[in-house]
Amino acid sequence: MALNKVDAVVVGAGAAGPIIAKELAVAGYHVVLLERGKFYQPSDCRKDDLYNQRTNILGNSSGPDSEGEPRVFVDERGRERVVLPWEGGYNNNASCVGGGTFSYGAMAWRFHPLDFTMKSKYGAIKDSTLDDWPITYDDLEPYYEKAEWEIGVSGDDSNNPFKGARKRPLPMPPVGPPSKEHKLLDAAARKIGLHPFDIPMLRNSVPYNGRPACMRCRWCVGFACEVDAKCGTQNTVLRTALQTGNLELRTECMTREVMVDDKGRATGVKYYDENWRLQEQPASVVVVSCSAIESPRLLLNSKSKLFPQGLGNRHDWVGRNLQGHAYTGALGLFEEDLYDDLGPGASIAICDYNHGNPGLAGGAMLANEFIRLPIQAIGARPPGTARWGKDFKDFMRRNYRRTVAVQGPTQEIPIWDARVEVDPAVKDKWGIPVARLSGSRHEHTFEIGVAMSLKAEAWLKAAGAIQTWRRTGGRGLSGGQHQAGTVRMGKDPKTSAVDENCRVHESDNVYVVDASVHVTNGGFNPVLTIMALAYRAGGHIARQMKGGRA
Amino acid sequence: MDLKRRQFVATAASAAAAGCGARLAPGLRFFSKDEARTIDAWTECLIPADDMPGASQAQVIRYIDLQLTRRFKKLQEPYRRAAEAIKETARRAHGKPFADLPIEQQSALLAAIDKGEGDKSIWGNDGGKAAFDMVLNHTMQGFFGNPRHGGNRDFVSWRMLGVPPLPVRGRLHYSFGEKS
Repeated sequence: MALNKVDAVVVGAGAAGPIIAKELAVAGYHVVLLERGKFYQPSDCRKDDLYNQRTNILGNSSGPDSEGEPRVFVDERGRERVVLPWEGGYNNNASCVGGGTFSYGAMAWRFHPLDFTMKSKYGAIKDSTLDDWPITYDDLEPYYEKAEWEIGVSGDDSNNPFKGARKRPLPMPPVGPPSKEHKLLDAAARKIGLHPFDIPMLRNSVPYNGRPACMRCRWCVGFACEVDAKCGTQNTVLRTALQTGNLELRTECMTREVMVDDKGRATGVKYYDENWRLQEQPASVVVVSCSAIESPRLLLNSKSKLFPQGLGNRHDWVGRNLQGHAYTGALGLFEEDLYDDLGPGASIAICDYNHGNPGLAGGAMLANEFIRLPIQAIGARPPGTARWGKDFKDFMRRNYRRTVAVQGPTQEIPIWDARVEVDPAVKDKWGIPVARLSGSRHEHTFEIGVAMSLKAEAWLKAAGAIQTWRRTGGRGLSGGQHQAGTVRMGKDPKTSAVDENCRVHESDNVYVVDASVHVTNGGFNPVLTIMALAYRAGGHIARQMKGGRA
Repeated sequence: MDLKRRQFVATAASAAAAGCGARLAPGLRFFSKDEARTIDAWTECLIPADDMPGASQAQVIRYIDLQLTRRFKKLQEPYRRAAEAIKETARRAHGKPFADLPIEQQSALLAAIDKGEGDKSIWGNDGGKAAFDMVLNHTMQGFFGNPRHGGNRDFVSWRMLGVPPLPVRGRLHYSFGEKS
């Protein structure tokens, strides 16, 4: 039996869903927000080096963490295997209220203006579906600002001459004081003519929004914040939305399909509630915000008369162009002890190489790395050094506190065959067909990565590293926590899946709002762009509802 | 180091005499006494003690044992086979149990399977490579990971690296004033 009809149902309480829910709830509309994961609190923080979202050897602390939620992964040679959420190939993000924003490293980047016009800037690239976004940096600028102030960003990018114009400074100063590593890299970058600055972070550096400042521990990226100083959607916009009384948040609810009538209009969603009972939630508007693997999965599992190949998939664009970021960079060994245990670690960045690299279509922001926990430092050794025994132990003892890493998210060149499908055979614990991932990276992505690792190495050498070695990304399929691109935004329904307002082409009242709609994913962590898109789409949906058009 | 290992084994033996399961190593959930002694010696070669503790004193064996009943359940058989195979390798090479060999001889046997050059009639087609990598990965996790999982006893590895142990939990319950 169907539940009472609401104005909007939002599927997924990650980086985007709670923002949409808040924009609609504050405008007076009744919203149901469905989330398959749990609602964790800062007191659930467990500083466990082996059980977190970054080093998930013993599992994902903010989900998914059940054998009943597998995926199918097909490698470059066509061999397929069933993968569990804590295994390689799964390309996990998170499943909980707040999604990745509950445990992320929290870099708050605005994309570069050229990131929205990649095809106009660099021309078509062979074997790539590279294109321009249907919107520009200027279209998103007011919403970037809104995200920075409502959710909360600290940092100082005034020394970054490469950024797009901003109308308002960041609301909080950088987390301070700077670490030894930061000071060393800052001086070195200036010495070789680069433009270092303090990374914008969704992290309180001073009390803000009723929550305290960062206490600078080393368990940051991958962990819940014990003092609630990280700013996610779960401790900001979601609170505002719940306070209106117009939002009902339902956790541990897994959406099976979007119900669509014969004219292509959505009538609501079917989902399994926390007791695994199938429920129908009718709604005037459906918003899909499950991230770039689960969103296309839900659309492809929603078949109807007008969309027999899945909702919004009339031209086969749903699930295509899966991209994330190939992290590339370098590590350096230094004479002096540079470890001062001042979290989060990542603090200083340059944008000198995001664009304008001769022969390359893009680049990357480069920054120092988050503190490497001891278990993560095992791999931070130069090639050829001992993997075990006395030499290994000696290396760790001598060098753990003297190693610095500089790296960045390399701009990925999208390809058609990097994709999300639904598997014909494997189902999850609710009986829903699971995501099937296949494809690889574009050759040029790899070339950009190699160039970026050389830049990172040069920065470390300028800082006085006595030994350096590079890390270049692999060629395998890219997704992970920066997953994007699978429900492309565009003006032409034949070459995209949603329009510039994130509305599914040919369906009046279904929106996809998350990194799925990214045409390209920038040389930056994508979360602030997801948030800005959500503010923009949320405002649009509210206006449509007011005008009675949704 | 030898003394410490002997102490560990002696403690284990006396606990067994006190009435634990016949085959199960005392305090452990999966390994038999003999397997535990073998794998413990194996992990100690990977991270040997010097003036700072090695894998044995960090009780990496407890980490592996515990996880074999949890997240690594599927690896129970590979571990049984690996323990048996390294014992057989030692017996053929030196006529003694692996755990009784000096660490130099143990390490030489492990170096061969690290390169995939173990006897194929004992280790199978990959010459022991998969078994070596399995034990190596788990040894690193048990040594450098969080003590709550059984290894890294008394934060020995973190002390060795010079990183402070975990702060006290519960700070959220205190009020925070302006930035200090």
